[in-house]
Amino acid sequence: MLVLTCPYCGVAAEETELHAGGEAHLKRFGPGASDEDFTGYLFGRENPKGVHFERWLHANGCGKWFHAARCTATLELFGTYSAQLTEPPEPIRKAISAKRPGWRWREFS
Amino acid sequence: MKRYSAFAVAREAMTYHQGWERAWRSPEPRDAYEVIVIGAGGHGLATAYYLGREHGIKNVAVIEKGWLGGGNTGRNTTIIRSNYLQDPSAAIYEKARALYEDLSQDLNYNIMFSPRGVMMVAQTHHEVRGYQRTAHANALQGVTTEFITPERVKELCPIIEINGPRYPVLGALWQARGGTARHDAVAWGYARKCSDMGMDIIQKTEVTGIRQKNGVVTGVETSRGPINCKKLCIVVAGHSSQLAEMAGFRLPIESVALQALVSEPIKPCMDVVVMANTVHGYLSQSDKGEMVIGGGTDGFNNYTQRGSFHHIEETVRALTETFPMLARLKMLRQWGGIVDMTGDRSPILSTTPLGNTFVNCGWGTGGFKAIPGSGFAMAELVARGEPGPLAAAFSLGRFTEGRFIDESVAAGVAH
Amino acid sequence: MSTRLTRAGRLIDPTRPLEFRFNGKRLRGFAGDTLASALLANDQMLVGRSFKYHRPRGIVASGAEEPNALVNMGAEGRFEPNQRATTTELFDGLSATSQNHWPSLEYDIGAINTHLARFLPAGFYYKMFIHPRPFWKHVYEPFIRQSAGLGRAPKARDADRYEHFYAHVDLLIIGGGVAGLQAALTAGRAGRRVLVIEQTPHWGGRAPVDGGEIDGQPTEAWIGDALAALSEMANVTLRNRTMGAGIYDHGYALGYERVSDHAPDGGDAPRHRLWRIRARHILSATGAIERPLSFAGNDLPGVMLAAAMRDYLVDYGVSPGDRTVVVTNNDDAYRTAIALKEAGLEVPVIADARDHATGPLAERARGMGIRVETGMGIAAVKGGKRVTGVALCAQAGEGAAREYVACDAVAMSGGWSPVVHFWSHCGGKLTWDRAGAMFRPDADHPPTGQDGLPMVTAAGAANGAMMLDACMADAVAQARLATIAAGGKARKTAPPEVECAAEQAIEPVWIMPQGAPIEARSKMWLDFQNDVKVSDVQLAAREGYESVEHTKRYTTLGMATDQGKLSNINGLAVLSDALNAEIPATGTTTFRPPYTPISLASLGGEAHGELFQPIRKTPIHDWGDANGADWEPVGLWRRAYAYPRDGETVEQAVAREVTNTRENLGLLDASTLGKIIVQGPDAGRFLDMLYTNMMSTLKPGRCRYGLMCSENGFLIDDGVVARIDDQTFLCHTTTGGAERIHGHMEEWLQTEWWDWKVYTANVTEQFAQIAVVGPNARKLLEKLGGMDVSPEALPFMAWADGQIGGFDIRAYRISFSGELSYEIAVPASQGRAFWDALMTAGQEFGVMAYGTEALHIMRAEKGFIMIGDETDGTVIPQDLGLDWAISRKKDDYLGKRAQVRSFMANPERWKLVGLETLDGSVLPDGIYAVGQGRNANGQANVIGRVTSTYHSPTLNKGIAMGLIQRGPERMGEVVEFARTDGGRIPARIVSPVFLDPEGERQNV
Repeated sequence: MLVLTCPYCGVAAEETELHAGGEAHLKRFGPGASDEDFTGYLFGRENPKGVHFERWLHANGCGKWFHAARCTATLELFGTYSAQLTEPPEPIRKAISAKRPGWRWREFS
Repeated sequence: MKRYSAFAVAREAMTYHQGWERAWRSPEPRDAYEVIVIGAGGHGLATAYYLGREHGIKNVAVIEKGWLGGGNTGRNTTIIRSNYLQDPSAAIYEKARALYEDLSQDLNYNIMFSPRGVMMVAQTHHEVRGYQRTAHANALQGVTTEFITPERVKELCPIIEINGPRYPVLGALWQARGGTARHDAVAWGYARKCSDMGMDIIQKTEVTGIRQKNGVVTGVETSRGPINCKKLCIVVAGHSSQLAEMAGFRLPIESVALQALVSEPIKPCMDVVVMANTVHGYLSQSDKGEMVIGGGTDGFNNYTQRGSFHHIEETVRALTETFPMLARLKMLRQWGGIVDMTGDRSPILSTTPLGNTFVNCGWGTGGFKAIPGSGFAMAELVARGEPGPLAAAFSLGRFTEGRFIDESVAAGVAH
Repeated sequence: MSTRLTRAGRLIDPTRPLEFRFNGKRLRGFAGDTLASALLANDQMLVGRSFKYHRPRGIVASGAEEPNALVNMGAEGRFEPNQRATTTELFDGLSATSQNHWPSLEYDIGAINTHLARFLPAGFYYKMFIHPRPFWKHVYEPFIRQSAGLGRAPKARDADRYEHFYAHVDLLIIGGGVAGLQAALTAGRAGRRVLVIEQTPHWGGRAPVDGGEIDGQPTEAWIGDALAALSEMANVTLRNRTMGAGIYDHGYALGYERVSDHAPDGGDAPRHRLWRIRARHILSATGAIERPLSFAGNDLPGVMLAAAMRDYLVDYGVSPGDRTVVVTNNDDAYRTAIALKEAGLEVPVIADARDHATGPLAERARGMGIRVETGMGIAAVKGGKRVTGVALCAQAGEGAAREYVACDAVAMSGGWSPVVHFWSHCGGKLTWDRAGAMFRPDADHPPTGQDGLPMVTAAGAANGAMMLDACMADAVAQARLATIAAGGKARKTAPPEVECAAEQAIEPVWIMPQGAPIEARSKMWLDFQNDVKVSDVQLAAREGYESVEHTKRYTTLGMATDQGKLSNINGLAVLSDALNAEIPATGTTTFRPPYTPISLASLGGEAHGELFQPIRKTPIHDWGDANGADWEPVGLWRRAYAYPRDGETVEQAVAREVTNTRENLGLLDASTLGKIIVQGPDAGRFLDMLYTNMMSTLKPGRCRYGLMCSENGFLIDDGVVARIDDQTFLCHTTTGGAERIHGHMEEWLQTEWWDWKVYTANVTEQFAQIAVVGPNARKLLEKLGGMDVSPEALPFMAWADGQIGGFDIRAYRISFSGELSYEIAVPASQGRAFWDALMTAGQEFGVMAYGTEALHIMRAEKGFIMIGDETDGTVIPQDLGLDWAISRKKDDYLGKRAQVRSFMANPERWKLVGLETLDGSVLPDGIYAVGQGRNANGQANVIGRVTSTYHSPTLNKGIAMGLIQRGPERMGEVVEFARTDGGRIPARIVSPVFLDPEGERQNV
């Protein structure tokens, strides 16, 4: 039963207020994209056991999407941030490095 | 291998059962095998077994990080059915169900397959139409099902409330030859037979890397050293993505927690398995007397084997509404497993970008019922290097082609 | 015999006698009794039968760990199986029956199994009943099922009430013993919000029974002072009869309060209250549970845990036996011997398995004249349904009897195990404490919370600090850490002064005697309820079930209703020994919630019956109720399927509604249709991405039908979009789609095109919408008067704001029936009044309400698709002949890339057509069209299926829509549909538009 703090409204939201939205920072591929890119975008997933970046919706709250950095092996939360960023912000990456030195996730580390 | 029988049990009783031999050996790994199967769950062990039985390939090791049968094989609600809508699903699940019928005799291990019947109750008009469609499809797929009336539902399952205030039962899709089996015994029975065929089941051994040369697999690194192989078969459910990463490719898989619970044991009161999809719950009674209840999945990636409690609450709430007598029973134990969900919620039995490497995963919430069929189809794929008819539709390529096998279609939204 | 002593127990009120029944027998107890203590007071030691062998079972424990004393309680809507007698408070009129026997508790036919036990070892069923195959289902399994199970299945609907309660605290303390209370004092004084929950009705745990002094006063007095101090603190809440049930991630915990189990006729109080707690930190002060010893016959009624026997004596004034042999491997059991002796009961011998016993407790026992034999164990317990004596033997030997001692009770103690459940539920690790012979929390591997820091602190006996002095010292130290973890400040303080007897170290004894032969090991019970013996665990190990999880599952050790509270440690010690492994290498099984079983009804809380789920009602819902609506759930909405009149079947009503709408005038409550406003400078651009067709070119005042696909290409919703002004669109969605589609829009807006200037608002519930349909539709609106609704002023696919009958409305000239049709939106508050006005004024035009089924039939007659019928998540717009609604001009829209994938572009795809049977009959729902031959898996090849099928009252024949392989190219062909009984129904492929293909009826 997770608690995530919504970066928009500041509420420490119960999981029942939230809706999980899957992997964050997916790059959209549209018409003209190669089969590989398009399939990767729709279905290819990191699914790591460890540090993960994911999307959440504060569904029964302010209605905003946001991003969370979370460990899938311990459920530890490293931070939440705006969904309108194309990569995890530096403070969050530092916070993760402090706790999971040497972490990697796609091109981020 | 000493055969199991009532006579053997009686004979061993004379010496207080001190004469029983090991059900499976616990060997040191050899340097090389023809085939390595990673994952000694039901699917992995069944793959090994049918490699031996159907294809004569017995130089096989099954490598397991923990203890055999300790993943989802030992954590599910043991339902066996094959009343699927789409042709490829119906084919593989029906193959599995048919193999289950004889599995106790085949393995000489009582896996307690109990064809007590499975009903999926329809509680909206939309569901009625969905199940009628499935019944029509099943008739052409060689899967024996029928759409039955609420009165017949009540007759088969007297504890169900068919006139509930919110979701009355409008009918059900009934598969009389579906049922349950003893989940652990399935893994144990396969393990015993595999071991008897000379295969090595290597427990408590973690695969830490996959060795390859020129795009073809050559072996695995393990916590007990490297082991070579000609062919590699990855059957690790929720941990598929980690193994795929070692092999250098990505899978359309996400790992999430799925939960279940049991009540305290009571005397028999329910002879069938009931699934109620509108309210997201399924229920059966184990031979021990516990009411076995399946819950929902979390929406987020999770490897902890613990789920969020509100799913338990929702499931129990729905089931006590449909089965009012449950209210005064008590929850004895709840648990979770990590299930591997694919993009279309159907499994993957496929070749992979790495040569001579095969993957069997993505069974999600419904893998137990498929174990024998999955093993049978996978063995064929591994032995031949290309899929037979049962596995063909479940390739990785379907995600690129847009050729999905979507079983959730009956749950589409109406109006 | 077991009996009530004249000296009252500390928890009993001897002035309040109570009457209760057990198996129909009238018995007496006192207020303060548990059912178990009251049964013992009435010499009812035999209380049940075991699971497998149906062996006689007596009360063995005094608390939540009791595996044997499970009873059926109550009757009818208050009947409940498997109630634990040791945690059931006695009340006047309580009625209980014992379980799992036939015909009676005393004479149980099933007890034959105990004589067959030798043939029924662990896992025997895996080796037997294999042949012949049909026998498992028809013979063996029914027999096994019948003899398994425990209590009877309830039949009636639950008569009680349950509720949920929410608490947000800084520190949750589970366990109200001395450690928990000490921790509460520390955290409470630090100003933290503290909740202390205690499963029993009493505070202080077992300290008052065990004796000792804290701060110079007896423990009981210290407990009283602590409670007084805590109740003065506004920031501390104390709840007894509230068990910690489980801990979940991020500090979520469940408390299970048994509000009125002890007073079932206490008015309207709920029976159970489920506490849903969020805590910054959790302190587990849950104490410890005593372990049995494994000797032959340790399961006979009369053999009890030593501490439990002391509880019955001290707390309830009940002596379980007149002559009690004490057998132990530690000092604690001496307390029981001393207490028995002090109560004037006989203790013929203390058999201590250790080779010496020189601690103060042993000396005291000796001083009281109790015979203490060291290095001694029990070779066998004699008796049937009750202990009659024990044979003593050397612990180090193989069990040669040294001496026979007559007795009617045996008090055993194999040491103590901390209750580590709450440490373990979220992944805290355990460490093996060799000196204490126990698993205790490993402070280096605690369960962690959302911040990665420890989420749970264990304190006192739950942390392995067993003696009172150590327990209090640990409680003080851990309370400080927990208080800090809960956000408070706490200084290091000295622990209170504690006086308690020093104890000589325990010596682990897992089998008694050490060299017991197999015959004896086959009678040493580990799991009393499930009949798992030492020999079973050894068999499992021998057969290769080496993992502790394998052994558990193979033998069912620890799977009984006590979930291994008594048996697990002994079992895994035996397993380790059999494997020649260290105990920590073998490890434990996983601790899972709940701590003890909790009622399923409590999980549901108030949410049952009418409160099961919310019902969404349109403003016109009550009219439907008053006019016979046959309701259909659609999501959480209720929609009227039809409005049958007196003497009409639902089918007749539907036919009447269709005919009347086509010939006269029908009203449909369409309020549930989704209405989403999309506004902003980029609204048109945004909708161009969401819909397959072009929306940005729509003119204000006009409507356009649109299709929405997922990024995966599949059709997910449809509806009419109206352009309100240059920057504003109103998008209609399907009934089930409003929230989903609004969410879909927001998701794309917020996470992909966040720089686009667009706002969306879901105004579905702000407006009632009524479809006025049929040839008389315009007449009705004109009669009511107001805005110009003529075809010139309001042509097909236009909309306008205005007034009708004095109501402010917005009228859309759109039609889902093929008739002249106005969909009219009014503010929700006016919905019912407007409906009534239409109904009244419409009488002269033959107005009737119609429901969703008539709606469906009329749309099918016109060949309009329905999301959820023609679509099922696998259908793309191209399959439905909707290419006209897919813009070719746009570079991009959601789903466009997906729709060019090879399988989607395949010309062999099944496409929408109309279908007519040759004889006019109605095709069955969901029927498939068959092709030639079979596929590689032996399945009949199929070439299509029916998606919608109805009897058309207008055309008086069956009509259907379906998806057929290359369907549109095969107009006029006859294809065969396969009935489930093997029969075939031929049907002709026709246009899906069955009625008025030119649209003459709607364009008037």
